[in-house]
Order: sequence, then C-alpha cells, then structure tokens
Amino acid sequence: MYQFNFHKADNLSTAVELFNAFDEPMYIAGGHTLIPTMKQRLSAPSDVIDLAKIPDLDAITLAGDTLQIGAMATHAKVAASSLVQGHCSALATLAEGIGDRQVRHRGTIGGSLANNDPAADYPAAVLGLGAQIVTDRRTITADTFFKAMFETTLEPDEIIQTIHFPQVDQAVYLKFPNPASRYAMVGVMLTRTAGEARIAITGAAASVFRAAAFEEALTADFSLPAIDAVTLPAETLNADMHASAEYRAHLCKVLIKRGVNALSS
Amino acid sequence: MSGSLIGKSVLRKEDHRFVSGKGRYTDDIQLVGLTYAAFVRSPYARADIKSFDVSDALAAPGVIAVLTGEEVAKDGLGGLPCGWMIHSKDGSEMRQPHHPVLAADRVNYLGEPVALVIADTQLEAKNAAELVMVDFEPLTAVVNPATASQAETLYEAVPNNLCYEWELGDEAATEAGLAAAAHVTTLKLTNNRLIPNAIEPRAALAEYNSGTDEIILHTTSQNPHLVRLIMTAFVQIAPEHKLRVIAPDVGGGFGSKIFIYSEETALAWAAKKLGLTIKWTADRSESFLTDAHGRDHVSEAQLALSADGEFLALKVKTVANMGAYLSTFASAVPTYLYGTLLAGQYRTPAIYVEVDSVFTNTAPVDAYRGAGRPEATYLVERIVEKAAAEMGLDPAELRRRNFIGRDQFPYQTPVALEYDTGDYEASLHKALKMADYNTFSARQAEAEARGKLRGIGLSCYIEACGLAPSQVAGALGAGVGLWESGEVRVNPTGSVTVLTGSHSHGQGHETTFAQLVADRLGLPIEDVEVVHGDTGKLDFGLGTYGSRSLAVGGSALSVAADKVVEKGRKIAAHLLRTDVDNIDFDAPVFKMIDSNESKTFQEIAFAAYVNHDYPSEELEPGLAEKAFYDPLNFTYPAGTHICEVEIDPDTGVVEIIQFVAVDDFGTIINPMIVEGQVHGGLAQGIGQALLEQAVYDDTGQLITGSYMDYCMPRADNFPDFKVGMTCTPCTHNPVGAKGCGEAGAIGSPPAVMNAITQALGGIEIDMPATSEKVWRAVQTMPALKTA
Repeated sequence: MYQFNFHKADNLSTAVELFNAFDEPMYIAGGHTLIPTMKQRLSAPSDVIDLAKIPDLDAITLAGDTLQIGAMATHAKVAASSLVQGHCSALATLAEGIGDRQVRHRGTIGGSLANNDPAADYPAAVLGLGAQIVTDRRTITADTFFKAMFETTLEPDEIIQTIHFPQVDQAVYLKFPNPASRYAMVGVMLTRTAGEARIAITGAAASVFRAAAFEEALTADFSLPAIDAVTLPAETLNADMHASAEYRAHLCKVLIKRGVNALSS
Repeated sequence: MSGSLIGKSVLRKEDHRFVSGKGRYTDDIQLVGLTYAAFVRSPYARADIKSFDVSDALAAPGVIAVLTGEEVAKDGLGGLPCGWMIHSKDGSEMRQPHHPVLAADRVNYLGEPVALVIADTQLEAKNAAELVMVDFEPLTAVVNPATASQAETLYEAVPNNLCYEWELGDEAATEAGLAAAAHVTTLKLTNNRLIPNAIEPRAALAEYNSGTDEIILHTTSQNPHLVRLIMTAFVQIAPEHKLRVIAPDVGGGFGSKIFIYSEETALAWAAKKLGLTIKWTADRSESFLTDAHGRDHVSEAQLALSADGEFLALKVKTVANMGAYLSTFASAVPTYLYGTLLAGQYRTPAIYVEVDSVFTNTAPVDAYRGAGRPEATYLVERIVEKAAAEMGLDPAELRRRNFIGRDQFPYQTPVALEYDTGDYEASLHKALKMADYNTFSARQAEAEARGKLRGIGLSCYIEACGLAPSQVAGALGAGVGLWESGEVRVNPTGSVTVLTGSHSHGQGHETTFAQLVADRLGLPIEDVEVVHGDTGKLDFGLGTYGSRSLAVGGSALSVAADKVVEKGRKIAAHLLRTDVDNIDFDAPVFKMIDSNESKTFQEIAFAAYVNHDYPSEELEPGLAEKAFYDPLNFTYPAGTHICEVEIDPDTGVVEIIQFVAVDDFGTIINPMIVEGQVHGGLAQGIGQALLEQAVYDDTGQLITGSYMDYCMPRADNFPDFKVGMTCTPCTHNPVGAKGCGEAGAIGSPPAVMNAITQALGGIEIDMPATSEKVWRAVQTMPALKTA
C-alpha cells in the first residue's frame, strides 16, 4: 500500500468538497474492493474520503411501495432487515450470499454499485428489480446506470445516497459462484411484475445486462417450454480459466430455468 | 504407569499459546535497530538483465542500502544447491543450473529476485524497490513441461532442458509381462501443479553482532540445521559456527519451508555485509510466485493383467517439471519418492518406470505434502480402477486378488523397497463397511431418479515414510543421512526438557513427544517440555517432512529415554548400595528387586545433580541422554480411501457425499492429533482433485497469483470425514509408528477421481475436476439429457 491521506466526511457536501480538493481522490464506502487493490499497489489514491460517518446514509425505510436502502447499508444489514425480507426476500438472500461474514459487515450496497464489478451481485439486483439510484444530485434509472466494466454513469464526485426498489410481484436470485473467489461466475435475478418478466445477469459479461430474449419469451408465457429454444449468444460473454463463454451461456440458461421453476411452484 | 499416555487424545499443549495470541512467529519478533527489506523481482518469466540502476532507489527516503545480483556475484556467494544427486540411465549425473541467490544477468521465472532494498521502514523499502531500474530484455519462455525437451534450450549446460532421464525396474521383464497379458489397460494423466499456501508466509529476520561475528537468522523453516548447513557450507555466507538459525513458531509448511530460498539467504548475507538487523516477510503475492510449487507431472502408463485379473506388469513414463532451478530436494521427488512407490499394495512382479525431469520458466517445483507418493498413488490407483472397469470386475475384488497378503511380509517389491508389515485387506474391509459399499447401487439408482449421477471410487494407497535409513538414502543419492537427533534432559527437580531435531509447524510435536517421553518415564505430561527449532540449543537435526517426525525423531527420543532409565538405574543402585542388576524401573519408580526399597524418579533426578559421593570412575553426575536414531528401513503407512460423489449433470458441479479414510499408521500416540492430520491431508488431497491448480499462461505469467483465481478449499467443500484406523505396528522402530502427516493428501485424489470417472460412465478427465470439465464430459455421455 502506498501512503495516502484519510478523511472522514460528516455530510455529503463536505465529502464532495473534499473530493474536489485533491489530485487523486477516492471515496471509500466499506472498501472491500478498494483496500485490497490498494494493498496490492494496483490503486494509489492520494486521498481517501470515508463516507461512513455521514448520518443516516445507511438507513433502510419503506416509503409506500418503495423500499429505500441507504448507500452505506452493509450487506449484513440488508440481509438481516425485516423490511427488506418483507419487501423482497430475494434481495435479502442476495445480500446474505455476498463474500464472507467479514465482507458483509464492511461492504455496502452503494460501494458495490459505484464500483460495478462485473461479477458483483448487487448490480443484478438493481437492474433486475428495476431500481432507481438516487444520488446527491439526481435520480438515475438502473437501465442507464451501468455503463461498462467498473464503469457507471456517475460523475467522478457524485455520491449515491439511496437506492429505491419498487415492489415486484415475484423475484428470485440464483448464483453460481466462482469456486475460488466466490464472486458470481453467473448470477441471475429474475423478477415478475404484472406478468412482465425481467432478468438481469451478472458475472457473465463485462457488465451486468438484461436477457431480453428470455424476458420476452417469459413475459409471453412464463413456462419452461417457452424458453426451450431461447439461447444466450456466447460471443459477448466472459471467458477465463474458470469458465468459457459457452459454459457461462449454458449456466445462465440453467439458472433462468431454475428461477422459472422457483417462481412457478 | 508406563503405557498410560500412549493412545490418549491429550489436548495439545501448544494450543493455549496459539489461540490466545501468544505464539511468536518470525514477523512478531521486534529487535532494536530493526530495518526492513523488500525484493525487486523479475516481471518476466525469462529475460536477460542488461543493467541495474539503483541511484533513484538509493536516494529515496529511508533507504539504507540496495544490493543486486551483481553484489552477490562480486562477493562470490555460492548458488543454492540441490541436496540429492540423481543419475540418468546412461550413468551421467543430473544437470544442475547455477541457482543464484539474486540473479545478475538472466532471470528464469516470474518473481525471481534480482535485488534487495533495505530501508528504515517496510513502506520505504517497498517504495524504493519500485525505483530500482532493471533493464530487462525479455526472452521467449518455456512453460509447458510436456514439450520442454523439444523447446529452446534454457541453459547451455542442460541440453534439451533435461535435468535427468532416470529409470527404475526391469524393462525386459516388464515388456514380457505386457506381451503375455490377456488385457492391457492404458492411461494418460497429468498430476496438476499446486501452490502450497501455508497460512504464515515465509519470513526472515537476520541480525548480526560484529562483536561476536555471529549471524542469528530467525526464519520460517521446517529444518533449521539444514538452513545453517547450506547457507554456510555451500553458499558460504559465514562459517557454520557463526550462524545460528532459529525457527520459532511456524505457521504451516507442507514441505514449502524445507527448502533453502534466495530471500532468507540474501537477508543473512546482507545482515553481515551491512552490519544490520533486517526483517522481511513475504506478502501473499510473493508466496504464490516463489514458494516452491508441487506435483506437475505428465504420465502415461500401461498395466498388464492376466485373464483372471492378476497384475503382470506396470510400465510408466513420466515427465516431471522441475521449474527454473533445482530446489533443495526437487530431484528426489519424482524419482526415489515416486518410482519406488509404483508397486502400491500389490504383488505386481515387474515394474519399469522412466522419468524425464525438465526445466521450464516457472517457479521451482519441490516436495509438497506427500511429495512423489501422491503422484505414484494417483497413477496406480487410477489405472487399477480403470482395469477393473474394463474387465468387468469389482474394483475392490480386483485389488484383493493382487494385494500383498498379510503373511507375505517382509515383502520385496520390484522397485527397491522392502515393506516391513501391513494388512491391506483389513483396511479395505473396514473402509468398505464404513462406506456401505455393498448398497451403493441402491443409492446410485435413487440419485438417478433425481436426475443426478453418482459414483463411488476406491484408493488403496501406500507410502514410504520415516525418511530415511541413511545407508539406503545415501545409496540413492541423498547428500545427507536422514537420521534424527533427540535428547532427554532431566532437570534436578525431576521435570524433563526434551530436545528434538524435528520441527513442529502445526503438527503438535510439543504434545505428542511430551506424551511419548512422559509415558516412558511415568511422569505427568505437564512435567515435560519440548524444545525444537534452534541450532543454538540443539544437536544437529534433520527436521520435519516426509511424515518422519514421530517415526524417526520420536524413536530418537524413545532411545534417549531408555538411556535415561539405564543411567537412573545406576544412580539408584549407587544410592541403595546394591548392584545395578538388582534395580528395576517400574515407571516412575526405581525399585530394588530383592527388597522393598525404592527411589522415585524425582529422587534419582535430584541425586544425579547434587550428590557428591559418586564413584567417579563408574558413574558421572547428571541425567541427560542423547540419541541419534537412524532407522533401519522406511515405514509404510497404508490404507483405503473411499469417495462417493454426486454430479449435477446440468452444471457439472461435483458434490462429495461421503469420504471414508481408513489408515494404518502403526502405533498411535495421540488419536486426536492423528485425526487432525488426516483431515488436513484430505482437505489438500480433495482440494487437488476438485479445486486447486497453478496456472501459467504461455508467456510464463502466473494466472493463479491470488485467491481470486487459485481455489483454496474451504470447509463447505467437504462433508464430515469418516475416519477409521487399523494397526500393524512398524516392526523396526521402538515406537511402532509409521507416520500420518501425508496420507490424507496421498490417498484421496484417486478416490475422488475414480468416483467421478465412474459417475461419468468411464469418461476420464484430469484434475482438478472443475464444473466445466465435468459438464463437458457429461455432454459426451450417451443417454443423458441436460439443460
């Protein structure tokens, strides 16, 4: 790890001011990606601005039909929240399956989304559940938030405040973990709202994406036969020592089918 | 009272300090004036070094010195040697490229150290290491062992990159067996390369006292005396008596801390050269890159069988990857620890093995838990199971037909070893029963009804442990004898300090050895303290590896304890004014045979040191005895492992439903510790079969350089292990112990892979059985429909 300056912001505007005052600033929102990369000297911020002390940034509330999760809510807090479990148990299950116990008590939903690791779980939740990302300056829909690998439409100094999850009728998250890292080799969030199927897939490509052909087929007919002939083209998928693109494409379909079964029973 | 502690699961004496944070590992040691080192490493698998420029690094804050490979060469340091000479078929000596402490003109693997920066803080050292400018000119790397002998030559003195072309066994008899066979089973396989991953990374702290001219090196070693011997006699950083090596608490080794590495050597050299106290602790990335890796074989084998399944001959051809240089014991691993084990538990009359060891631009490969014996077992047990399937025989029955019978010991195999004792049928019988082998087909049918594939696989392993009878080892090329030293030092108040040349880095010697000596002397275990890991305190010792500690180190202590008793009898005779033949030791009491007079052990201990009326010509004061125990033979732990797996054909995920291990380790001192060793070994063996692999790309970059890609087994990868024991005590050591540290890692991989192969209807895949490999195999199975 290189040396760096550490700052604790106590409100959002101070955090932004601090960010804009330095050459190579980074927000830290749990740090379970940032700190390991800093330790390996792959990341070298001059100044790290901690968002942990900003009041109420980790609150979980229900506003009408919308579940609002503060960006600094840890995975453990999301997993254990009765509001989350009641609103969307698939989201609680997803949070419970991230990393290990230590990671879940430090890592946050906002940190995960801003980082947009191609194998992270939360991007699938946000995209699959059609959530909205509320920042210190605007609201971004899930469909426009994730841009590319480790890239979002956030401005460099923009801070996620809360994530708004609308009510869906049904949701299930299925994850095939990479055996080494336990990140998603493939993770599928499958939801249904008023008959409309929505599927977000993480781990399989450079960034989370929606499986449009499967969504269309399942919206028309939510059954296994409906997707029998549907396939996911392997060309755009990741390939590494753990899984070829072809195998990832196959796993996506297996998990979608298991999701359909889960939501049909 | 003697015998009361043997076989008891005494809680580990050392655990209180480990679980309460009182362990003292190398990195915990703080000394006045401490400085820190960081190494500059090659970013290439193979490159010429055109020049060094250390000026920026030297000018950086806190930097005290920068030493490069050029200084190592200027100081005339010797290379790091390999301690085991292997001769090729044609009688020529193995080829050993110079292994410099720091490379000066050519680097040969990714991460090879070329310079060392010393600074006031670790941060400053690491920062300055990035400022050392090394002008590398990259060269094409040779990475694949299978084709290395046809690739570009890496060292002028090593034609075809061949270290040696070794053979063992009777080629003509083996060919005759193959010619006469009713059936020949052939098998090709790789034994996947592994990275050891001890929980504590390698570390060193070197201090130099100019007043005494002594270097003290604290380091993570399994054998501190060997460190001292090699650094002084071969690398020549100091005279042997001016280097003290201390291996304090050490967090695991699995073999990787046997070897003498560049970093620790460079630190000791630099400490003396600069008059400094210097610490270095590897970070995990450095461990991945530079700890000696394990396994990495490519093999082909043929097993000849008669019509009724009798093994007639086994022929094996193996290519073994040595990596870039010969590590300390590397040459012995694919030869004398591998070829000699190819008889397994069987009466195969003719065996012939050829091993070509090759150099590649990868980290050196050396002994890793099991070392050669897992590779042999994997090959033998895979081919035996395949033969059974091909001949339509039950794999347990085929093994039974070929077992060396319990009444056939001692048994001379056609590959040099003489097994002293064993009962292979007993282990097999017990394991089959524990695994409910006979009802497997019902479970298989039930799984099939759920759309899953079940398989069950056996492995009847043998290993040669208790390294080693020195004469045999010497005849096989070992540079040193492989006895062990031990001392039982009785203190005046009757407590005992036990000194051993073995080294505990997780095995629990402080308990097992204390149990052994306390039992012999009839003392409470609390009264026995075990000292190890310090060349300044101990007689020369050979250390811990090859499951040798109890069988050899423990035997030395057993002999030393017997000598203490003999001396105690003389003291008792003197005190009781009788003849020594009239004294019997009924632990812990020395009794007169012809009267009711006696002396306790404590009375004898006190008298040994405080009395002043000894007949000085017959009896010296004191009560401390040493032994250097040289075993008469290897020991031969053996057993049966059975694995049952279930495969999800949709994803290729393999689940281990049950794992049974029945082992014959001879006499067991502490069953709890032995079971722990079995569990650890199984985790590493099953890990090899399912999860672990070191992967280099074609340019020699390590893809599995962190836990993001190198798959370390976790507890949830395993079921509860079912562990059982059988016992045929070792016939030639006084403890009766055979060794238990490696068996789990040796026996388990073929059991897992045989189970998977059976579930896949005979389709063979190589380790690790990743879900994608299994899924692809499922796609080629005829009758199955998958998602």
